[in-house]
Amino acid sequence: MRIKAIAFNTFKEAIRDRILYLLLFFAASTIIFSRVLALLTVGDRIKIIKDVGLASLSLFGALMAIVMGTGLVYKEIEKKTIYTLLSKPIHRYQFLLGKFLGLILTLFMMLCLMSIIFMTLVYFHTFKIEWDLLRAIFLIFLELSLITSFALLFSCFSTPILSSIFSLSFYLIGHSSWGLETIIQKIKPGPQKILVQIIYLLLPNLENFNIKTEVVHHLPIPTQLFFFSTLYGIFYTLFILTIAYLVFRKRDFI
Amino acid sequence: MATALRIEDLHKSFKTGFIPKRRKILKGISLSVEEGEIFGYLGPNGAGKTTTLKCILGLIFPEKGNIEILGLPYLSLRAKEKIGFLPENPYFYEYLTASEFLHFYGELSLKKREKKAAKVKEFLHLVGLEGWEDVPLRKFSRGMLQRIGLAQALFNEPSLVLLDEPLGGLDPLGRKEIRDIIVSLKKEGKTVFLSSHILQDIEMICDRVAIIVNGQIISQGFLNDLVSEKILFTEVTLSGVDKKELEGFGEWFSFHGGKTLIKVFEEDKIERILSLVQKRKGKIHSLIPRTETLEDLFVGIVKQR
Repeated sequence: MRIKAIAFNTFKEAIRDRILYLLLFFAASTIIFSRVLALLTVGDRIKIIKDVGLASLSLFGALMAIVMGTGLVYKEIEKKTIYTLLSKPIHRYQFLLGKFLGLILTLFMMLCLMSIIFMTLVYFHTFKIEWDLLRAIFLIFLELSLITSFALLFSCFSTPILSSIFSLSFYLIGHSSWGLETIIQKIKPGPQKILVQIIYLLLPNLENFNIKTEVVHHLPIPTQLFFFSTLYGIFYTLFILTIAYLVFRKRDFI
Repeated sequence: MATALRIEDLHKSFKTGFIPKRRKILKGISLSVEEGEIFGYLGPNGAGKTTTLKCILGLIFPEKGNIEILGLPYLSLRAKEKIGFLPENPYFYEYLTASEFLHFYGELSLKKREKKAAKVKEFLHLVGLEGWEDVPLRKFSRGMLQRIGLAQALFNEPSLVLLDEPLGGLDPLGRKEIRDIIVSLKKEGKTVFLSSHILQDIEMICDRVAIIVNGQIISQGFLNDLVSEKILFTEVTLSGVDKKELEGFGEWFSFHGGKTLIKVFEEDKIERILSLVQKRKGKIHSLIPRTETLEDLFVGIVKQR
């Protein structure tokens, strides 16, 4: 009940923020622009539309999560609204969870809007609804949840600018950490290999949520991989949320 | 009478600066507030008033000490259900309208859902904000924010109301209205703990006060016990007497229109002034004995430190 109230208030705050609509406008423009790119392409035009469309959902979704997520807790502390909020009968974890779920709800709505534009554009080219795209969008949503949890964690102890830099780095590292896999294969066994393996284990691998190529090219997606990515997303998000709570639990609001 | 708030030996320090240095803010605060009274928490800026309030609310964690709210551990939800809090210079979600704001806080602090709509109206009326239901808080003036802040503090009908500088930023009329609300809370049997440095207001409404200076409570007790009834001096306003003749009676100041105000410290001198005025066929305009005020006490204590 209390988590719900905080979540809905966070949602209200987010949808009354103009920056969200600016990002939504750019996302919609990019999706529609993919039609122009398709005209310039030799070969299967619809693949370009799908590719660019899914990439913009992922990129602009991540930007929304970072821009709004990094201010989630910081703004409450900075504007001192947290004083009256935490004086109410709520636990600190309820506050954090409410803020997180509020932003997740916002991102879900934005992703739905962007997906409608994207799928309508695809429909006008193929004259059928491509449900497979939804699987890719679902994994993008899980990726956004994970990014939000990171942004929330940074927001608990850092300013929005620093948090944005941290979160963007997390996004970039997450999408390139798979490269370590190749390094692991090439390194000779020994302590250095173990070290790289540990780093690889600790670093997030956001490529787990990327099945864009498979979906665009109608390649088979192993069910096992899909479930693994889903569980990976859920558990990693819960893990980061727990760390955020541990940081926030004993924090003094001076 | 039961105790509404008990604080024992509260210590808190903060680390400040690039090379962190520990600064003690509270150095062993102990006080108890009885149920049904208005308790004034006085102190100069930076004395530790707001820090004490933040400790009570669980916004910061003391290093040492114990706090009980109505016999309950202060961090328990049951204790928090019974308190209402208005911070100093309240900041609220400026994108919410007044009624959305109270609804939101109602959902956090109330249990029954159906009561809220009527309650929002009732509380907006109580703080004089009827007609402002649909206006976003970003358009509110400071005084109006103070009022809506008071409404959210009282919305869950708390037994203990904690107010941090509740009368700051209000015009004289607004101050009177808020003072009246605070007094009416006492009549309803609620306990009010208010921190302030507007001594005049505290003097008018508080039963007991504690004075905090530099993180320590210097004096606490019933207002009547702390402030003596002894006459400190008498202010006499007169006219028709030559100023030279008044020398030696006390400090005097001239006014326009030939009036003179003289501060007389000894009682026998008042008799002599009265007879002098009679002799010179002058006029006494006023004669006011001044007793010690809370301000005198406060200034005296703070200067001593």
